[in-house]
Amino acid sequence: MDRVKLTIDGRAVEVPAGTTIYKAAKELGIDIPILCYMDLKDLNIENKPGGCRICVVEVEGRGNLASSCSTNVAAGMVVKTNSMRVINARRTVMELILSDHPKDCLSCAKSGNCDLQDMAVKLGIREIPGQEYAEMSTYRLDTSPSIIRELDKCIMCRRCETMCNDFQTVGALHAVNRGFESVVAPAFEMNLEHSPCTYCGQCVAVCPTGALTEVDHTSKVISALNDPTKTVVVQTAPAVRAALGEEFGMEPGTRVTGQMVSALRQLGFDYVFDTDFAADLTIMEEGTELLGRLTRFMEGDEEVKLPILTSCCPGWVNFFEYNYPEMKEIPSTARSPQQMFGSIAKSYFAEMIEVDRKDMVVISIMPCLAKKYECQREEFSVDGNPDVDYSITTRELAHLIKQANLDLAKLDSDDFDAPLGESSGAGVIFAATGGVIEAATRTAYEIYTGKVLEKVDFEQLRGMEGIRSAKVDFDGQEINIGIAHGLGNARKLLDDVKAGKSQYHAIEIMACPGGCIGGGGQPLHHGDASILKARARAIYAEDRDKPIRKSHENPYIKKLYEEFLGEPMSEKAHELLHTHYFDKRKKIFQV
Amino acid sequence: MPVATLTEIPVKKQIRIALRNCGVINPEKIEDYIVRDGYFALGMVLSEMTPENAIGVIKDSGIRGRGGAGFPTGLKWEFASKSMSEQKYVVCNADEGDPGAFMDRSILEGDPHTVLEAMALCGYCIGANTGYIYIRAEYPLAIARLKTAISQAREFGFLGKSIFGSEFEFDIHLKYGAGAFVCGEETALIHSMEGLRGEPSLKPPFPSESGYLGKPTNVNNVETYANIPVIFLKGAEWFSGIGTEKSKGTKVFALAGKVNNVGLVEVPMGITLREVIFEIGGGIKDGKGFKAVQTGGPSGGCLTEKHLDTPIDYENLIACGSMMGSGGMIVMDEDDCMVSIAKFFLDFTVEESCGKCSPCRIGNKRLYELLDRICTGKGEMPDLDRLRNLSEVIKDTSLCGLGQSSPNPVLSTLNNFYHEYVSHVEDKKCQAGVCRDLLEYFIIEENCVGCTACARACPVGAISGERKEPHLINPDTCIKCGACLEKCKFDAVILR
Ligand SMILES: Cc1cc2nc3c(=O)[nH]c(=O)nc-3n(C[C@H](O)[C@H](O)[C@H](O)COP(=O)(O)O)c2cc1C
Ligand code: SF4
Ligand code: SF4
Ligand code: SF4
Repeated sequence: MDRVKLTIDGRAVEVPAGTTIYKAAKELGIDIPILCYMDLKDLNIENKPGGCRICVVEVEGRGNLASSCSTNVAAGMVVKTNSMRVINARRTVMELILSDHPKDCLSCAKSGNCDLQDMAVKLGIREIPGQEYAEMSTYRLDTSPSIIRELDKCIMCRRCETMCNDFQTVGALHAVNRGFESVVAPAFEMNLEHSPCTYCGQCVAVCPTGALTEVDHTSKVISALNDPTKTVVVQTAPAVRAALGEEFGMEPGTRVTGQMVSALRQLGFDYVFDTDFAADLTIMEEGTELLGRLTRFMEGDEEVKLPILTSCCPGWVNFFEYNYPEMKEIPSTARSPQQMFGSIAKSYFAEMIEVDRKDMVVISIMPCLAKKYECQREEFSVDGNPDVDYSITTRELAHLIKQANLDLAKLDSDDFDAPLGESSGAGVIFAATGGVIEAATRTAYEIYTGKVLEKVDFEQLRGMEGIRSAKVDFDGQEINIGIAHGLGNARKLLDDVKAGKSQYHAIEIMACPGGCIGGGGQPLHHGDASILKARARAIYAEDRDKPIRKSHENPYIKKLYEEFLGEPMSEKAHELLHTHYFDKRKKIFQV
Repeated sequence: MPVATLTEIPVKKQIRIALRNCGVINPEKIEDYIVRDGYFALGMVLSEMTPENAIGVIKDSGIRGRGGAGFPTGLKWEFASKSMSEQKYVVCNADEGDPGAFMDRSILEGDPHTVLEAMALCGYCIGANTGYIYIRAEYPLAIARLKTAISQAREFGFLGKSIFGSEFEFDIHLKYGAGAFVCGEETALIHSMEGLRGEPSLKPPFPSESGYLGKPTNVNNVETYANIPVIFLKGAEWFSGIGTEKSKGTKVFALAGKVNNVGLVEVPMGITLREVIFEIGGGIKDGKGFKAVQTGGPSGGCLTEKHLDTPIDYENLIACGSMMGSGGMIVMDEDDCMVSIAKFFLDFTVEESCGKCSPCRIGNKRLYELLDRICTGKGEMPDLDRLRNLSEVIKDTSLCGLGQSSPNPVLSTLNNFYHEYVSHVEDKKCQAGVCRDLLEYFIIEENCVGCTACARACPVGAISGERKEPHLINPDTCIKCGACLEKCKFDAVILR
């Protein structure tokens, strides 16, 4: 490729043609401030509206300033990133943005984690001229089961729109209205709840300000913990342990499983369990369902529809129910691990410890916002008592731990409680894209072939590519597996299924980038996709270190079937661990 | 406004190129157009010229875009012709969002075929077979005439397959705009055509590389197109003989405001503002004094006496702190308050900003608020520095032409009428008597007979005075309701 020589702040640099000034400056270690721009390299997602105008620079011979995020270098260009003119313009623009932003930082959910706040610090903003008489744009507060939209705080960076449209292809958020009244909102300015939103939370994950946040349930958790009449049970999703440390200043990818258990115990949870246990259970049910469908398919049963789709991601389930309701027979009927856990905790375990389900509170710690919605679904409750009472995110857990004056790094490692705290390595890798299908493969292979699987690591199923496909040899029978993370990628696979063009036997889908490790409830990655990779490494390392790596070998799972459920897919299993899907298309935009 | 206004304006100093047929032919009859050499240029070019040669003619003519930016049209066509693609598009920008502008509408209503012919010529030059006219839905007559013209042209074989027996094929369709000003900006226009939000995006890529549906697209303004057939008929040399060194041909202006003759005028580039306002426009109404002229639409600048003899062309107007824009020209007299004028235009841009970039979205609002403070007597001297800095930063950092020019009314009035700002701020006075909050009700002693009518009418008891003695209004108590002025039969109460 052609290379281009230019000068930035008096220093020469040579970069490939087509590079932006912003990236060329980075080569020199010059960090031009950016606000709306976001480049999630590994996901091929770039948000480049050129809207905030914070990254402007002076280009010799050009009339006005250029936005460096979106202006390409040219041979011989002379760029200044810190001239008087640039600094004044940048500060003035920042003052303008702040002049239309609420000043309630002290009580904002994003405080300390806000890109706008950081920018104000970086640019040394000390006052906002004319604030006394500056009108502020306002918008109604919109609360949904998972997400709060407080658009007074929106700076129109359009990152959420990019995630929702380009990455997820959900199309729930678009810029609406004009000028000073512009905001990002669902069509017809409906509330999010009445839009096609899947609650994947990817908009929340990238919002630089407090305009989009999760519905916070920490105070409900604290109340439950302080209610002496309640037995409070907590389950932690696999992705949480690979990211929680970041909230306490640890390197991305630091595993904090043991410290997290310790912290939960100190917070006062009566039983600290692991969603990974339920992930193993999911494999038993989903794997059996897959094998059943596969066997019937091979035998020529025309009623059987393949591919089978995984169903453990509630964001994906929401997407499916809105966008492909006509194919609602295809996904596995297995509930998500969160819901399987809740159901077993409030039946099997409640009986075991002789507690009425009404006196038991099940809290889940999830990397996910869709789980907040999922646990409120009517079908996941018994007589109005939900199987999972509250779902809180990794970020919310971090707040709880900090409020309890605990420093995660200084806590000793501790073990999950039995029986619902024991899991195999297969349950752990549910957190990463490809992990669910890998876990299923480990079990399905052994059941199908009757042989012992020697090599449990299916490297061909791992990775960060948006859509991956792999063939797995089931002793002469080739199984075609498709994997997608991100709903836009899922859509591509589903459109093939719909058109009858899909060659897959099974497809795993996760709504979030990288799978749950990149969930909408995780510590914010601030646009750095390498963090997701580090978390994935941590997950696979945890799997490697586990003595048991196949779900069906988990002794507590075996015991659960022996004592309570009988067989996978038994009647009882159906009642407690399976679900059905709805046509939600009709519900959209109906208030 | 009917096309007829044209004929009411003295034709002296005017040259009709773009408007040559307006008011002259029946726009609903293609035969009328043909009689006036209509579609001759197309026939000639298709049979005698290669696209390269034809683009050469346009380049040699020196014509520049009439939609505002003044980009050389020939060069634009060349870029589009050199962009490699199976599919290309020709777009006519008929969004005409400037309030008070109606040159494009007049051309479309009065001479629709000339635009069709020019678009076909452009299609031949750049290698496109499809054209779109993006027209605001508020122009029903223009739309109807265009529809008639398109079907006539198809009937006559000037549109469709093998035009004039050549291999060239071209057809034109209409697309309707919802009337947002910013949708006239070419990238926003293209997004709007695609059914997306009408907001600009960064250039490059320019439409000539990646435009409608990602294909190379040539966007020109209505008036630009209206010049094209004549250039081919009369030659590049003829056209470039008109105008100044860098701005060739004519420009249509919509003359409005406090002049005696208002309406469309088409004048050669290089004419002075004085000639347009005083000779063609017939001078200021009611014998008042000239104060300023605003050119370039809502984001143009206000020019003053000292600019009256500057030859009008793209560069000169910019150098004066204004611009050509699409050809708005609003004349102001001594009764106009320049701060209020700036505020008036800012009100428009605040409404019309698309909201995509922060300096325009928030900055223009802040400019408006500052101007409003000044007009209502709350302004302070540092506000003037803030106005200037904000204006400069908005111009310097905005994403599209709207924000890059919207502070022009503020900057030009600050530069040319600074004293008016100062008197608003320091003396709390509006010399032109426009800013109500800065006026006070005052009783002229000599006229007052002491009838007490005013004092009895005043709802807040601000007027004192003995019967048969001159009365006095206490400005601190007065709420400026105007009751006294209404009641006084002796013209003793005034606003000053
Ligand atoms: C805010 C804004 C509004 C505009 N409105 C119009 C318009 O109404 N009509 C028009 O022809 N060009 C308009 N333009 C200019 C177009 O972007 C573009 O330059 C023009 O259509 C190109 O045609 P020309 O080269 O023939 O002038 C506008 C530009 C801006 C920035
Ligand atoms: S939660 Fe997901 S689907 Fe809903 S608006 Fe945000 S990005 Fe779109
Ligand atoms: S809601 Fe957040 S992410 Fe979306 S545009 Fe506003 S500030 Fe950006
Ligand atoms: S300058 Fe104004 S109109 Fe143009 S992109 Fe920015 S906000 Fe939109």
